[in-house]
Amino acid sequence: MFGHLIKRFIQMIFVLWIVSVLVFVMMSFTGDPTFMMVPLDATDEQIEQARRILGLDQSHLVQYWRFLTNLLQGDFGRSFVFRQPALQLIMERLPATLEIVFLAMIMALVVAIPLGVYAGAYPQRAGSRALMAGSLIGISLPGFWLGMVLIFIFAVKLQMFPSSGRGPTEMIWGMRLSFLSWEGFRHLILPAVTLSVGTLAILMSIIRAEMMEVLRQDYIKFARAKGAANRFVLFKHGLKNALIPLITVFGLMLGDLIAFATLTETIFAWPGIGKLLVDSIYRGDRPVIVVYLMFVAFLFVVVNFLVDVAYALIDPRIKVS
Amino acid sequence: MTAQTDAPLLRVRGLKTWFHTFGGVVKAVDGVSFDLSPGKILGIVGESGGGKSMVGFSIMGLVDRPGRIEAGEIIFDGRDLARLDDDAMQAVRGRQIAMIFQDPMTALNPLYTIGNQLEEMLTLHTDLGPQARRARCIEMLAEVGIPQPEARLGAYPHQFSGGMRQRVVIAIAMIAEPRLLIADEPTTALDVTIQAQLLRLMKAQVEQRRTALILITHDLAAVSQMADRIVVLYCGRVVEIGASAALIASPRHPYTRGLLDSIPASHQGRSRLPQIPGTVPDIRKLPPGCSFAPRCPRAAERCRAEVPELTAAAGGSAFACHFPLEASA
Ligand SMILES: Nc1ncnc2c1ncn2[C@@H]1O[C@H](COP(=O)(O)OP(=O)(O)OP(=O)(O)O)[C@@H](O)[C@H]1O
Ligand code: SF4
Ligand SMILES: [Mg+2]
Repeated sequence: MFGHLIKRFIQMIFVLWIVSVLVFVMMSFTGDPTFMMVPLDATDEQIEQARRILGLDQSHLVQYWRFLTNLLQGDFGRSFVFRQPALQLIMERLPATLEIVFLAMIMALVVAIPLGVYAGAYPQRAGSRALMAGSLIGISLPGFWLGMVLIFIFAVKLQMFPSSGRGPTEMIWGMRLSFLSWEGFRHLILPAVTLSVGTLAILMSIIRAEMMEVLRQDYIKFARAKGAANRFVLFKHGLKNALIPLITVFGLMLGDLIAFATLTETIFAWPGIGKLLVDSIYRGDRPVIVVYLMFVAFLFVVVNFLVDVAYALIDPRIKVS
Repeated sequence: MTAQTDAPLLRVRGLKTWFHTFGGVVKAVDGVSFDLSPGKILGIVGESGGGKSMVGFSIMGLVDRPGRIEAGEIIFDGRDLARLDDDAMQAVRGRQIAMIFQDPMTALNPLYTIGNQLEEMLTLHTDLGPQARRARCIEMLAEVGIPQPEARLGAYPHQFSGGMRQRVVIAIAMIAEPRLLIADEPTTALDVTIQAQLLRLMKAQVEQRRTALILITHDLAAVSQMADRIVVLYCGRVVEIGASAALIASPRHPYTRGLLDSIPASHQGRSRLPQIPGTVPDIRKLPPGCSFAPRCPRAAERCRAEVPELTAAAGGSAFACHFPLEASA
């Protein structure tokens, strides 16, 4: 187990290194940032000097080396637009994104698990068929469209929830969080619902399929033969086995959520890292884009590492092999 | 003769368990009847696919879709189990009737410890406290011959060999002391000495607690030493039923004869056995007349036209054959 974790850790480092190369290559081929830095009427000499300061006169290899050593020292450069460290910008906006992502994930899990278990246990019932049809719709609904429909119904017509922005926040451990006050929480609901629908639909159909597979197993029949109640058999003996494959897709799912958060944040003017990314792309704010990409890659790798650990904890067969 | 003094605990009558598949109706059990009294052992034998396990699952109320009990009665302790709904059956399973599953590799949940799965039975069916439950689990594991039972409680199924898992399954089925135990090939995965030990354990349970035992097996030799009566199944039907000594000594049905001839005489090396020629037919496309006819050395014109009915013979036995073997003795 320990050796396994070490191996995964080394893999993690390797993946991050590859990402750094990709990000660097991408950045090197998407225009010259010098013109972002110098005034419009700069002389050739000034431009030359700016290039030297940015290190762009060096070979790509030297440039990459500088890029990498800076990354390792935690120096990600300053935003051209905000004139403050890019990492700090990301970190300031991260809690806002995490808030809707986690709320969306929790909503998706809380709804998808019981519905998926039901649909898997009684696939021939009308209720299950309706759920699967609903899940198909949920998977294929475009997020931006859903977001706009929700805004139209719940914000414009019914005026139940605000249509955009973050509302009041409170500082907890240096993070600005909305969900602690009712007013803040109200702002969270529509973006989180928009974000959760697709994940919910996918989770539900995965759980249903896994449950159907697991319920065919002999140990389920044996649990019934022991005289256990149906619900007990479904949740103790069925669900836990059905969750194992789910854990592996959890990391991917979180990645999806972070990616889709970009869209949702834009629709709801939610000040998270997704919106920051979109804004930075428009403004050509290279350091912020670099930090965003590196950070998301880092998050991905860490989550998948944790998923691996959780996998080993829940499935006793992993530890030995 | 051996007139049964007790009222039967289990009385199965005309049991039919059919599967309605796209390829046709699979009559896995097609009109099976037998009685079983407390403290008695009934053997069910026959080749693979004969419907032995299905008889067990029918009694447990655990026939999977698309199968269902089509007709017949399963009177257990005065109630017809075939007519109980699932909630009522749940109260019977485990406590009143327990079953040892055929395949020990798949009967245990891979995610829970042996101790957890054994203890679940006590939590479901007894009022014992945690301490007493643990003690009882250790005792039971020791009884089925698992070394260091206390340490093994925390082990997972994948850490056990097939034989060890089989013993755990047996322990789970026996721990709540059911009144009827259905043992589906309980010892196939085990070597001969362990087999004998576990069969003795089950026999002790039968004698001490007057448990009724249904012993399902391919192995006519093993069952003949244990069972009071034997049912021989072929393609879902009873072809012969009788007291085990008489049935072994003088089988009347050619299929029973065939099964007996393919038993290896003990301690006689590995000489080739006269297997019953041919294979079990597809149950969906049984021949008209006697289903054993294509493989039967005595088959005649009449066998291929007319289904032989189960006819009573001496000593409470019965057989379904137009041209039975002579009764010796
Ligand atoms: N789900 C199913 N659908 C269709 N037919 C089935 C199904 N389950 C069992 N059967 C059929 O029921 C018949 C009886 O099966 P059963 O398992 O009772 O045989 P068995 O005598 O226990 O054999 P074995 O010695 O191999 O365990 C078989 O012919 C099998 O094909
Ligand atoms: S009825 Fe005929 S074919 Fe069938 S077992 Fe008897 S002799 Fe053989
Ligand atoms: Mg079987």
